[in-house]
Amino acid sequence: MASSINDTQDELIEEFGLFEDWADKYEYLIDLGKKLPGMSDEYKTEENVIKGCQSRVWLHAFMEDGKLIFQADSEAVIVKGLISMLIRVLSGHSPSEIMQADLYFIDRIGMSQHLAQTRSNGLLSMVKQMKNYALAYSSKA
Amino acid sequence: MTNLEQIRLDFPVLDQQVNGSPLIYFDNAATTQKPKAVLEALNHYYTQDNANIHRGIHALAERATAAYELTRKKIQSFLNAASSDQIIFTSGTTAGINLVAQTFGRANFQEGDKILVSNLEHHSNIVPWQMIAQEKGAEVLVIPVLDSGVLDLEAYRQLLKDHSVKLVAVNHVSNAIGTINPIQEMIDLAHAHGAKILIDGAQSVAHMEMDVQRFGMDFFVFSAHKLFGPTGVGVLYGKRELLEAMPPYQGGGEMIKEVSFSGTTYNELPYKFEAGTPNIADVIAFAASFDYLNSLEKGWVEAQENELLRYATEQLSQIDGLKIIGTAPNKIAVISFLIEGTHPQDIGVLLDKFGIAIRTGHHCAQPLMQRFNIPGTCRASFSFYNTKEEIDRFVTCLKRVITMLL
Repeated sequence: MASSINDTQDELIEEFGLFEDWADKYEYLIDLGKKLPGMSDEYKTEENVIKGCQSRVWLHAFMEDGKLIFQADSEAVIVKGLISMLIRVLSGHSPSEIMQADLYFIDRIGMSQHLAQTRSNGLLSMVKQMKNYALAYSSKA
Repeated sequence: MTNLEQIRLDFPVLDQQVNGSPLIYFDNAATTQKPKAVLEALNHYYTQDNANIHRGIHALAERATAAYELTRKKIQSFLNAASSDQIIFTSGTTAGINLVAQTFGRANFQEGDKILVSNLEHHSNIVPWQMIAQEKGAEVLVIPVLDSGVLDLEAYRQLLKDHSVKLVAVNHVSNAIGTINPIQEMIDLAHAHGAKILIDGAQSVAHMEMDVQRFGMDFFVFSAHKLFGPTGVGVLYGKRELLEAMPPYQGGGEMIKEVSFSGTTYNELPYKFEAGTPNIADVIAFAASFDYLNSLEKGWVEAQENELLRYATEQLSQIDGLKIIGTAPNKIAVISFLIEGTHPQDIGVLLDKFGIAIRTGHHCAQPLMQRFNIPGTCRASFSFYNTKEEIDRFVTCLKRVITMLL
């Protein structure tokens, strides 16, 4: 049985709680980014690009057994790390769960600065786009 | 003898911690910090003199008007313009370029005319020309840039020979890679072919002296905030006969002589181009920037910045995998670079954690990034208040960041 969205968020908060300083935290994030499986080029289309990011970010979504699956990639590794956490939290859940998800972990692990509009590294745009996919698929279902 | 520590005290914003480390501000090409004198002038205006200008007959209006017009005189002297009514206040460099495009361009461009811009331009010196060209059936042609980041003057000569060029619009200094363009030669060539020329001085005014009469350009534009002044103020200088012949830009108060429903006559220069209540407070405070710069030891700013550029280039060149984009022999203190195997955004995010402010991305010069086939760069841009110790810490932190990323 897959864990719930909030279970995964709590796991991430616990993992990040082990780090003493920002450098450890970012090294972990970079590591997550490097481990995120890439995306095949056929999905790196203009359509899948998330606008408003300083580096290019591609997000692709599809349904499998009533669950929404996300795949993503980026040129920048910190962005990849951020999106890898979003995928870990949201991918594999139903569109309605994703739409309703309150992503409190971002603030709790000290990454809320990446949500600010000015950062233009697009964490906010990624969350929005994932929820948009969920909305689109829930109306199709 | 200039004392750098004393100079730094003149800029209150520099003295702070960012993410637990002392701020290192290397984003001066985006905007410069403001000396205390400018901040005090803003405060003084709002606490003592706040009034609308030019029309009032009361004491405050007179004081505000005098202070506003004094800034115009200081700019005239800074640029060595023939007269202060050739100094038009705008909201910034972008607004100045748009003004010229929408007045001079609208009145003079015809179908088939060519407008030359360079591959080094900021979007602000590309898009306004594309807009008016499209409207008028004119065409924007591009002066190419060589691999070093220097403009291809041979190609420029050829473009002027081969086409009916109405206007050349080039920057004095590239914002993205710091190249100083040979504007004297470019101005003379444009004039020899009957073209007018606009020089975008946004990135040069803080670093070198300007003399619009000696250079002889037709238009010169810059922004106050890149010259230690407030945001929201810009300057357009133009040759008198051109400004007089140009139709007004925006209609409204200030720019009129007489208004009636049977017809309106326009005010004289410079007011013809200054419709509406201007940015009085910031224009007035801008005067303090000139006083401040004039108080510095002559030649010191240039020497200090050249030394920072030399030192930073030398130190950065020793980092494995670091490539400097833009290696023109004549550069201002701007270094654009890439690190093999990393993305500029990652470098910028992590340097910020060390309290270091640089800029990453395309620097509003996407055609230049396309020319070099790169997504963007990391850009460190220095001002005279920066120090070699800051460069040392920047290099140390950059090495640490690279280790984290690779």
